Amino acid sequence: MRSRAPLSTKQRDQLRDQTFTRRALILGGAKLGLFGALVARLYYLQVVEADRYKVLAEDNRINLKLLAPPRGRILDRYGEPLALNRLNYRVVIVAEQAGDIEQTLDRLGLLVEVSDADRHRVIRDVRRKRPFVPVTVRENLDWDDVSKIEINTPDLPGVSIDVGQSRFYPHTEAVGHILGYVGAVSEAELTGDPLLELPEFRIGKSGIEKTRDLDLRGTAGASQVEVNAVGRVIRELSRQDAVPGKDVELTLDIGLQEFARERIADESAAAVVMDIHTGEVLAMVSAPAFDPNVFSRGLNAREWEEFLANPKQPLNNKAIQGQYPPGSTFKMMTAVAALDAGVITPDTVFNCPGHYALGNRLWYCWKHVGGHGSIDLHNAIKQSCDVYFYETAKRVGIDKLAAMAQRFGLGAKMGIDIPGERPGLIPTREWVRATQGHPWNQGETLNAGIGQGMVLVTPLQLAAMTARIANGGYAVVPHLTRTVGGKPPDDIKRPPFPSLGVAASSLAPVVNGMIGVCNEPHGTAIRARITEPGFEMAGKTGSAQVRRISTAERDSNTRRKDDEIPWRERDHALFISFAPIQAPRYACSIVVEHGLHGADSAAPLARDILLEVQKRDVGREPAGGRIAGADPKASG
Amino acid sequence: MMTSLSSGRQGTSLLRKIWQINWSLILLVLVLAGVGFAMLYSAGGGSLEPWAIRQIARAAVGLVLMIVVALVDLRFWMRWAYLGYLVALLMLVAVEVQGSIGMGAQRWLDLGVIQVQPSEIMKITLVLALARWFHAASIEDVGRIHYLAVPALLVAAPVALVMKQPDLGTALMLLMGSTAMLFIVGVRWWKFALGFAAVAAAVPLGWNFLRDYQKARVRVFLDPTLDPLGAGYHIIQSKIALGSGGMFGKGFGLGTQSHLNFLPEKQTDFIFTMLAEEFGMVGSLTLLGLYLLIMIYGYAIAFRCTSQFGRLVAIGIVTAVFLAMFINIAMVMGMIPAKGSTLPMVSYGGSSLIVTMVGFGLLIGVWVHRDVRIGRRVGED
Repeated sequence: MRSRAPLSTKQRDQLRDQTFTRRALILGGAKLGLFGALVARLYYLQVVEADRYKVLAEDNRINLKLLAPPRGRILDRYGEPLALNRLNYRVVIVAEQAGDIEQTLDRLGLLVEVSDADRHRVIRDVRRKRPFVPVTVRENLDWDDVSKIEINTPDLPGVSIDVGQSRFYPHTEAVGHILGYVGAVSEAELTGDPLLELPEFRIGKSGIEKTRDLDLRGTAGASQVEVNAVGRVIRELSRQDAVPGKDVELTLDIGLQEFARERIADESAAAVVMDIHTGEVLAMVSAPAFDPNVFSRGLNAREWEEFLANPKQPLNNKAIQGQYPPGSTFKMMTAVAALDAGVITPDTVFNCPGHYALGNRLWYCWKHVGGHGSIDLHNAIKQSCDVYFYETAKRVGIDKLAAMAQRFGLGAKMGIDIPGERPGLIPTREWVRATQGHPWNQGETLNAGIGQGMVLVTPLQLAAMTARIANGGYAVVPHLTRTVGGKPPDDIKRPPFPSLGVAASSLAPVVNGMIGVCNEPHGTAIRARITEPGFEMAGKTGSAQVRRISTAERDSNTRRKDDEIPWRERDHALFISFAPIQAPRYACSIVVEHGLHGADSAAPLARDILLEVQKRDVGREPAGGRIAGADPKASG
Repeated sequence: MMTSLSSGRQGTSLLRKIWQINWSLILLVLVLAGVGFAMLYSAGGGSLEPWAIRQIARAAVGLVLMIVVALVDLRFWMRWAYLGYLVALLMLVAVEVQGSIGMGAQRWLDLGVIQVQPSEIMKITLVLALARWFHAASIEDVGRIHYLAVPALLVAAPVALVMKQPDLGTALMLLMGSTAMLFIVGVRWWKFALGFAAVAAAVPLGWNFLRDYQKARVRVFLDPTLDPLGAGYHIIQSKIALGSGGMFGKGFGLGTQSHLNFLPEKQTDFIFTMLAEEFGMVGSLTLLGLYLLIMIYGYAIAFRCTSQFGRLVAIGIVTAVFLAMFINIAMVMGMIPAKGSTLPMVSYGGSSLIVTMVGFGLLIGVWVHRDVRIGRRVGED
């Protein structure tokens, strides 16, 4: 540092003052600059970027809470509820009000049962969730438990009763297959609709609950709530109520449905009753069945195993999913095809010696000892002569036979409005060549002619086929949904149905034959006839072989007695029918799995069901009145 | 000579002094405190409880102290400047000892009756000590490098102690305030450069002495995004609050960010954010204007003061207030990383409020005693 000349005190003070002033001004200037920086930053945040931050602030404080709509009900044709929402009382605990959770649970445990599993779950949830979020202790409390808890609330801090809604099916397993059930939304079912992401939301998983799910679901409401930083709701800002789901009214008559279900009892069977003019299915039973309440609640692994292990397959809706050889019930098709093609007339007579020879093979009649002798069409139907129909089938040929069966609705899905329907099978030359790898042989025509071999049908198809025969050849299509939200749905085919183009002269002999089956001596179902005048039914028995009967067995006459055959190897018993015979209105098909003979196990069921449906019908009008076009006369 | 003169006119001089008090500055300070009351009322959810009422009580105490301090002769403050500094330094040491017994950061000293924050007191006593030292210094003294050793120590000791708390914000404030004072007494530019270089060199060395949790705190202080749920989250929420206030704000008591607790510590660190959210740019500029007016008053007082001690005290006080204000506002606007800084006169907090008001009392005292001649050495008039 360079030395200076000594300064006087005054000079020094002057210099110090000057330095101070200069430096203080520089410092002040720097501060002003920093002030300027603050102002610039304020301008940027509060003016330039203000809109962006306003949006962010709104996002911060407003939570959109979805309000789940109550699910629509499912009703029968007379307005009886089949699926509805029941209040589900839950006991919940709010941690921040409860204080000592363990102690509160102990006290609650004195009033209602709290299992160890529930207890552990509650304690875990309480730790994981925020203290003001209610944790469910138990669900589906009955009224007794609810009142016990309500009375004791002063001693149970933080415990309260919460009311939710859960699906309830009052008729339990009688309609389980048709209604289906609801369940939690799976990952694959997410569509982006936020409603589906609500944890307690349920959607239809099968049956009507599934096909009509969108209508039943309704529209979500929304509640805008203001929340603070930890998510606690401060107040509701706006609310748009949910639009409840639409009610779905079915064509079913639950009274008839339950009657049929009880009549079937422990059999493994399916029954379909439909209106032959409108296609309305009045009853569709598959037994054994399941209780949809159990499914909506959720099955545990053991219950699920039990369902799967049951040989009678309770989860299958046999009415639409069971595919059976139609047996003799298929002879209707053989007869109509032959009459339509002109290869036989009602008066054509064939001789039945008990067997039929084609090439070097013999085809047997069910009455293989003695046979039916000379027999015409009417009696062949009435007595279900196999030989008559072997010959008829041979004459008409597989092409025309298959085509006629398809016209009557066999071999393809009917389009019933519940999921899972199977198509059955009507074999054709092309199909055999494509799938079996060999050309059609005529023996297969004979088998098809009596409904054996490769032919497969569902009970629903049999009912529709019978309806089409009985209604004079109109392509009636069965359906289960009558109205959705009070209006007939667009996806249902309703009368008038187009004609199948089969002459009345080709149908009348078949109808008469079916009348004979139930009402004339030697008719195969004469024992199951309806005797009350005006309610008489017409029908056709059938049995479908489950197991091939070997020639050796037949020849040596060592065929086992029915009750010696294991259940699983017994024939299926079938019966198709309609009533009343004077002015047909209802068609009914029955399949009793391993029921042996249609006449013994299936026909009496049909008799009781058809009598019931006719008696129930007297003077009753569906809830919504008759739907336009549903008048039987409209379809001719 | 002056002593006998002034003591002889003691009776009349007290009235004269009161007359001399810069009441408009006091009014400005009280308006600033009033802004604080209003914001604390809003922060309490439209209630005097729990903050506003206590702040008002403390401000009342502060007002009395401010006037008393303003009336006390500047020479008294100069005489006791070093002792005051020493007491504050001992309190910082006491806090350090207490902190090592307790856990983590310790800024408060429990004196039984009241709790005080020694680092706040140090802001004033350091200004007084430096002012006394440089009052005695001639312009040549300031030029001598060994003459700066004592003020360097005066600054380094409390800065080191505060940094160890660790309260990096306050330590930096003390350092910057002192630097400003060294600057205005005429310390050469190159010495600042040298000092800066020395500090920069010392930082990596000092870093090794810090414990892991202390290092973590320093890191978060420098980069709040390292703590996204803590400091980083707070800054983001603060910017949202500020920005959403827009030009005119959401209205008094209607700041959604603050009232729904998105804004942390709204009554202390983020009170400016709350004001800016509720009163918008108009409100925040008004507050900045109040600080600017006080700054200008401070400079005017410094320029009108004849004693070097008074001038340095005035500049030192306004600089300390300015730095606290700037660091707090810049922090809540996300301009600089910082944690745990308060807005002087507005934020809730007893130590800070009372110390700031005592500081303003000193500033007014400088005005009242602007023409009092003070000798180079204590006792020498």
